[in-house]
Amino acid sequence: MRRTGSYSATSALAVLFLFPLLWSGWSSLKGQPGSGQTNGYGFGNYTRMAHFGEGLTSYLTNSLLVSAMTVAGTLLVSALGGYAFARFAFPGKNLLFLATLAILMVPYATILIPLYVLLGKIGLQNSLVGLSLVFVMFQLPFALYMMRNSFEAVPRELDESAMVDGCGTFRAFTLILLPAVRPGLVTVGLFAFLASWNDFLAPLILLNDGASFPLPVAVWSMTQRTFGAIDYGMLEAGVMVMAIPCLLLFIVLQRYYVRGFMSGALRG
Amino acid sequence: MTRLASPRAGRDLDRVAARAAHARGRPRSRRYIGMLYAAPTAVIVGVLFLAPLALVVWMSLNKWPLLGQPRFNAPENYAKISDDPLFVDSVFFTLKYTLIITVLLSAVALGLALLVQNRRPGVTFFRTAFFLPGAVGFAAASLLFYGMLNPDFGPLGFMDVKWIGTPNMALFSTIALVLWRFAGFNMLILLTGLQAIPVQVYEAARTDGASRWQTFTKITLPLLRPTIALMLILSITGSLLAFDQFFIFTNGGPDNSTVSMVMVIYRNAFFRFDLGGAAALSVVLLAALVALNALQLRVLRGGDK
Repeated sequence: MRRTGSYSATSALAVLFLFPLLWSGWSSLKGQPGSGQTNGYGFGNYTRMAHFGEGLTSYLTNSLLVSAMTVAGTLLVSALGGYAFARFAFPGKNLLFLATLAILMVPYATILIPLYVLLGKIGLQNSLVGLSLVFVMFQLPFALYMMRNSFEAVPRELDESAMVDGCGTFRAFTLILLPAVRPGLVTVGLFAFLASWNDFLAPLILLNDGASFPLPVAVWSMTQRTFGAIDYGMLEAGVMVMAIPCLLLFIVLQRYYVRGFMSGALRG
Repeated sequence: MTRLASPRAGRDLDRVAARAAHARGRPRSRRYIGMLYAAPTAVIVGVLFLAPLALVVWMSLNKWPLLGQPRFNAPENYAKISDDPLFVDSVFFTLKYTLIITVLLSAVALGLALLVQNRRPGVTFFRTAFFLPGAVGFAAASLLFYGMLNPDFGPLGFMDVKWIGTPNMALFSTIALVLWRFAGFNMLILLTGLQAIPVQVYEAARTDGASRWQTFTKITLPLLRPTIALMLILSITGSLLAFDQFFIFTNGGPDNSTVSMVMVIYRNAFFRFDLGGAAALSVVLLAALVALNALQLRVLRGGDK
């Protein structure tokens, strides 16, 4: 009796949690007077988005570029850095590690204004490269911590014997160690993707040209019409374009997500 | 056999010797090699974290327009903070929001975690269902609710409620949005803590005749304390920095009743073109959060012991 009660309560809650996503998907396809899909069901709202503002392809390309650069940059910097922290002693090592972890202590919203000024000084204002570098910085504490621990978990004998056999540190790193820390790399890459794909405030502040907006800012701008009605069908289509890649990635890479979660990604 | 083994043994000896030589020659060259691998990290942290950290302090001491030359004017940017009624209101509003959401989020997350903590058929599905909103970006979630709670377009139109039409309803709807988006996330944090409690402890309690409620209050909650503390830290610091939900979903309205602190920083910088004033607010918020983080970490460490 108690068991069925708890089962139906849990099921009802699950329906409640899944409902908004299902509704959003359904209403992005449903016909609505005045929207891109006037009757029946179809992809009218999605095709109308192709002509919204700079066009869906332009926003999608921006988002993909930023995410690709963030993932690549985070992997590169944190893999090299993680290797340095796991295998070498060098001056300033502890200081650099502490400075990197300090990024977690500083609320991200409070250094976006100086970053806006700073990127302007080095010619990276309103640039997707500048935005990606900022995302790499925000990902770095988690990524470096994760990669250092991954490298430390690999037995030293493995790369040291390779070096004795004539490998340099770099070849030992690329040929022996990187394949051994693949799960760590996948976790770091997954979190870097989710953060850069979904972030709203950083592109809102650091980019000031509609043509370089990524999806979250572009879809938000659909709600900022000074006159004329908001096209809610197209809005939900935009939400789906943003959400579906994340949902798929989460379902496929759930194992890596939970792994990162356990090792402190929650603060990132 | 001995013959075959000897070259291998010889090679092993070579290897040992080489390793010893390698180890002896290591210190100096390896120091520099290590610095080389750490160099990209140092550049990113130096240029994109430490430099802006110093810059935000310097900016807060200057009249810094969006365009044009900055001019030193300390401590004017700090002195005028209390003259900004919108910021003062935003401090109270953000604190109120943080208190409400932290209490509700913890309660809901704990409830969900207790429902799905035991292995039984379908539990993986339930966990995924509760967590799935957390996989969607917060901006996307806010935009989703913006459509869903629109009386003309959304499925709740029949209820004839203005979901973001009054200050209280706007706060209520935002809380629903945040609970939906983050409850599963916090549930996952609590689950990791719940699963670290040994089964034997529960068995011992059962043999001693403890009721379910006693087991929960006397065993589960105390052993879960460090995990609950971590969840509270994340919820409090996250809520004090609230932006997306109020900027996108309620747009600060109605009548500026849902303007958060970070929204005022954004407005001062990009609508009033006063980067110096925005930097001063940033420094205040930064100092408050660093102090809070340090305090909470200490409490958390204490709880671990």
